[in-house]
Amino acid sequence: MECSELLKKLGSMSAVAGRENRATQRIAELFGEYCDEVRVDAFYNVIGIKKGKGQNPGSVLVTAHYDEIGLIVTGIEESGFLKFAPNGGVDPKAIGAMPVLVHGKEDLFGVIGTKPPHLIPPEEADKAIKMEDMRIDIGLDGEKARELVSVGDMVSFVNPAQELMNNRLAGKSMDNRSGVAALVEILKELKKLNHEDDVYVAATVQEELGLIGAFTATYNIKADLGIVIDVCHGDMPDCPSDETFPLGKGVAIAVGPILSSKHTKACIKLAKSERIPYQIDPETGDTGTEAAVHAIAREGIPVVLLSIPAKYMHTSVEMVCVDDVIATGRLAARYIAGRVKD
Amino acid sequence: MFDLIKTLTQTYGPSGNEKKVAQTIRGLLEGKVDEIRTDAMGNLICVKKGSGKKIMLAAHMDEIGIIVSYIDDKGFIRFGNVGGIPPLIILGQRVVFENGTVGVIWYEESIDNMKNAKLDKMFIDIGAKSREEAEKLVKVGDMGVFVGDTIEQNGRIISKALDDRIGCAVLVQLALSEPETDNEIYYVFTTQEEVGLRGAKTAAFGIVPDMALAIDVCDMGDIPGCKPMAVKLGEGPTIKIKDRSVIAHPEVKDALIMAATENKIPYQMEVMLEGGTDAGSIHITAGGIPSGGVSIPTRFIHDAAEMVDMKDVENAIKLLAEFVKA
Amino acid sequence: MMEVLELLKKLTTLDGVSGEEKPVRDFILSHIKDYVDDYKIDNMGNLIAFKKGTGNSGLRIMLDAHMDEVGLMVTHINSDGLLKFQTIGGIEARVLVGKRVRVGEKGIPGVIGFKPIHLQESSERNGSVNKKKLTIDIGAKDREQAEEKVSVGDYVTFAYDPVDFGDNKLMAKALDNRVGCAALMELLKGRYEWDVYGCFTVQEEVGLKGAKTASYQVMPHMALILEGTTCYDVPDTQEQGMSTRCGKGPALTVMDRSVITDRDLVRFIASTAEQHNIPYQYKQTISGGTNAGRIQVNGTGVKVAVMAVPCRYIHTPVSVMDKSDFNHMITLARKVLETLPKSDAAKRCDQLVQPPAISLFADKGGKTYV
Repeated sequence: MECSELLKKLGSMSAVAGRENRATQRIAELFGEYCDEVRVDAFYNVIGIKKGKGQNPGSVLVTAHYDEIGLIVTGIEESGFLKFAPNGGVDPKAIGAMPVLVHGKEDLFGVIGTKPPHLIPPEEADKAIKMEDMRIDIGLDGEKARELVSVGDMVSFVNPAQELMNNRLAGKSMDNRSGVAALVEILKELKKLNHEDDVYVAATVQEELGLIGAFTATYNIKADLGIVIDVCHGDMPDCPSDETFPLGKGVAIAVGPILSSKHTKACIKLAKSERIPYQIDPETGDTGTEAAVHAIAREGIPVVLLSIPAKYMHTSVEMVCVDDVIATGRLAARYIAGRVKD
Repeated sequence: MFDLIKTLTQTYGPSGNEKKVAQTIRGLLEGKVDEIRTDAMGNLICVKKGSGKKIMLAAHMDEIGIIVSYIDDKGFIRFGNVGGIPPLIILGQRVVFENGTVGVIWYEESIDNMKNAKLDKMFIDIGAKSREEAEKLVKVGDMGVFVGDTIEQNGRIISKALDDRIGCAVLVQLALSEPETDNEIYYVFTTQEEVGLRGAKTAAFGIVPDMALAIDVCDMGDIPGCKPMAVKLGEGPTIKIKDRSVIAHPEVKDALIMAATENKIPYQMEVMLEGGTDAGSIHITAGGIPSGGVSIPTRFIHDAAEMVDMKDVENAIKLLAEFVKA
Repeated sequence: MMEVLELLKKLTTLDGVSGEEKPVRDFILSHIKDYVDDYKIDNMGNLIAFKKGTGNSGLRIMLDAHMDEVGLMVTHINSDGLLKFQTIGGIEARVLVGKRVRVGEKGIPGVIGFKPIHLQESSERNGSVNKKKLTIDIGAKDREQAEEKVSVGDYVTFAYDPVDFGDNKLMAKALDNRVGCAALMELLKGRYEWDVYGCFTVQEEVGLKGAKTASYQVMPHMALILEGTTCYDVPDTQEQGMSTRCGKGPALTVMDRSVITDRDLVRFIASTAEQHNIPYQYKQTISGGTNAGRIQVNGTGVKVAVMAVPCRYIHTPVSVMDKSDFNHMITLARKVLETLPKSDAAKRCDQLVQPPAISLFADKGGKTYV
C-alpha cells in the first residue's frame, strides 16, 4: 500500500496509551506481509522479524511507538455527562468543541463541549479552562451512560487524517503513526536490499506514558544497533527556531550525548551519498523519546534517533509531510543494510 | 394633577406589558380627542385632527422592572433586568408582580466583595417554601416592577415610575386642555422605550409627523456629589439640546425657546450625557423627522423613589401648549 | 419526519457563511420552487417565498429562518504560507483550536493548528487562547504557493459532517440555523388561511441584517422566527444558567437582548402546544438576539414570537441537538399556523393598519401568482 494511504489508515486506528491492543492485530497483519515472523509480547508490542543473510547475523532493533494520547473517564454524572482526565500530554486549550470516541462497552461517539460565552464571568475569560471542569457529552442520560461506560474507560480523539497541499497529511495521532508508517517503509525497502543482520521492527506501546513499551522491547531483544523513529516539532510561528524543523526537508537526524556518535555520523554520510533529504536535530538532553531507553538497556544499545517533523503536536491536527516519512524509512533501511560494524 | 400622576405611576406596566397603562389613558382621553388607535407594538396613538402641521408628542408608558428567569426548588426566584437596573440600587427593594404578589430582592451573602453583587448573584423571595408553592403565584417569564408609593411633599413628588409616567401625565393633561390650533397633534404613548426605544420607531413610521418631541425625564445636577449638570429641580422644564440618542433639531429647539420666552415660561437647557429617549428612534424614522424634547428634571432616576418638582411639571404643560399652537 | 431530518443533515454540509449564502439558497430554492406559489431573491440575497392563503382577510404572516452560519475569512497570507483570519459572527477562540476547515469556493482543506504544549511558556500554559495568534494551515510552503489556491477575502467554513449519536442526538456544524431552514422548507409545503411569506434571510449572524429588509418588503402583521438557540444543560451549571434544555421541546423566547416578544402570540403558541401534547419550554436566560428584534420594529410594528431548537455548543463545529426537539418544533409551528387565524391573539390584527406588502413578484424570478 502506498505510504499516504497507509498513514491515513494507521491514523484512523484508536489505540490510546495503555489500550493499544485494539490495533495490535491490524499492525501485526501489516508487518506479516513483509516479515518472516511476527511476535506480540505481553505488553502488546508488535515485533516483526526479518532474517538477515549473514553467517553470524547481528541484530538491529527499530522501534516506533503506536500509542496515541487520549483521555480517561473519571466519573459519570447523573445527567450522563462524563468527567475525564488526560492520558498522555493533552493540552486542555486544544480540546474544546472536539469530537471524541469513548471506548466503553461499545465505541460511543461524543463531543467535548464548551461553555457558551454568556455563562463565563468576565474574571474567568482570560484564564485557561481546567480539564476537571470540562465534560464529554455522549448524548445519553445517566442510566444509559452507566450501562455502557465505566470509570477508567479510554477516550480517543476523532479526526481522520486529511490530505493538504505538498503531500502533507493532517489528523490526530500522526504522533506516532507516521513512525509506524516509516517502519513499513523500512520493511518495503529491505525487500530490495541485502542485509546481513536480523532486523526486529517493533511497534511499541505506552511511549506517551513514559516510554514503557521500549523497556520490554529492548530487554527482550538483544540488539547491536537501535534505531528509534518518532516525531519532532515542525516549524510553526512563535516557536524557537532551534527546536522546530521545516516539513518537506527530509528526516531529522538527531545528534547529541546519548546518541551513538559513530552510527549517527555514518547515517549522515549515507544520507548525503544516497541523496536522501535530511536535517540535523540537536538533542542536548534525553531527547524525550525511546532513544533514552535504548541507550541504557541491558549493557546499552548504540542508538540512532530519526525524527519526522510534525506541526501542532498533541492536537487533533498534527501535520506531517509524507515525503519525510518515506525519506525516514529509506534512510533507516539503507543504513541497516550497510551499517558500520563494531 | 396629583391624582392623575398617582394613578399613572401606580399602574403596572413594565416594558412589553404596558396594556393596563394604555387602558387607563384611553379611558381618560376617550371622547376628548378625535381618534384613538393602537399599533402592533401596543403604542397608544391619540389624534386631535387638524389641517396644519403634524406634530407628534411622545411619552413612554413602560417602566423598568425585572423578569423571572428561574424558580429553584426552595421557591427562590432568579431574575434578569428589563431596562436599566443598577444592581446596588435594587438591593433590598420590594417588587410587585401583575397579580399583586410582592417579593424582596436580596443577594447571596457569601460573595466576598459588594462589587461582585451583580444580578446573577441576587434572588427574589416571595416567602414561598417550595417551587410548587411559588409557581402558584409567579411563573418563569413573569415581570415585576418596583414598589414605591406616590406622595406629594414640599411641592415635590416622590414616586416610583415618574420615568416616564410623569411625561404621560403631562401629555394627558395637555390633551384634556384641548389646545386650540389648526395643527394636527398626535399624543403618542409609546411602549418598550426602556429596552431600546422600540415602540417609538413603529409609532413614528405610522404617522410620519412634521416634527416630534419626546416628553421624558432628564437628569439634574443639584444633589451632593453628583456629576456636574446645569439643570436644577424647580427652575423649569428643560429644552433638550442633546442626550445619548439624539441631538435635537435646531429648528425644533429654537421653536421651543421662542414659545418659552414669548410666554415667559421658565426653562432650562438640557445636555444629558447619559441616557437616551424616544427622540433617538423617532428622528431617524422614514425620511427623517426633526425632533427634540421637553424633559422634567428628575432626581434618582431608575430608583423606586424618583423625585420631581410640580412647578416644572406645570410649566412643561404650559410650554407644550404654546409650542403646539405655533 | 425522516425525510426532513435527512434534509437538515444535507443542509448542514453546505457552506453559507454570512455574506456568501448562495450555496444554501440554491439548494433551498431547488427544493421549494415546486411547491410555493411564488418567490423572489432580493438585493441582499434574501429568498422570499409566498404561499397564498385560503382566506381573504388580507393578513400576512412572515416565517423567518436565517440561512447564514458563523465562519471565518482569510485576512492575510503570511510569508510562510499560513493564513491569518478573522471570525464572521461570534466564534470563541477556544473552539477554533485543532479544527478542520474548508477555504474559499473550491473548498481547499486546511487545519487550525496550535502551539504544542511542550513548547508553551508557563504563562501561555495557564492563559487562554489568543484568537489573533491562530492561523489556518493548508500545507503550503510559502505565500506564493498558498496564493495559487487561496486568496485574501476567501470565506472559510468548518469541515465537519453530521453524526447521529447517543439517544436521538445529532451533531453537525451550523445547526444554527439550518434547523430553522429545514423546518421552514417543510412548513411551506402546507397551505394556510393567511398569506404566508417564508423568508430565508441572510446576514443574521453579523447584525440581524437580512431580516430588516425582508420584513420591510413583506410588511407582515405577525411573524414567527424559527431558530437554533443556546443550550447548556450540563451539570455543575446552576440551573438558571442553562438557558434551555435538550429534549424538553422547542423553546419560546419571552425576552432577550433584541426583543420582548408579543405576549398574546407566545401564550397562544404555548396553549396550542398544551392542547396537542407537544412539549415546549421557555428560554430562561435573556442573552442573545434574533431576527425577531429587527422584524418587530418594522413599519408600524409586527407581533413576533420565536421558536427555537435547543443546541448545545452553538457556534462551534460540533453543535448538538435532540432530534425530537426539531420534530416537535415543526409540528407545533404547523399547528399554530393552522389555528392562529381563529385565535384571540389574531383577533386584534385586522384592526392593525399595515402598509401593503411591496409588490414582490413583479418580474425577477419565479412565476407571478394570479
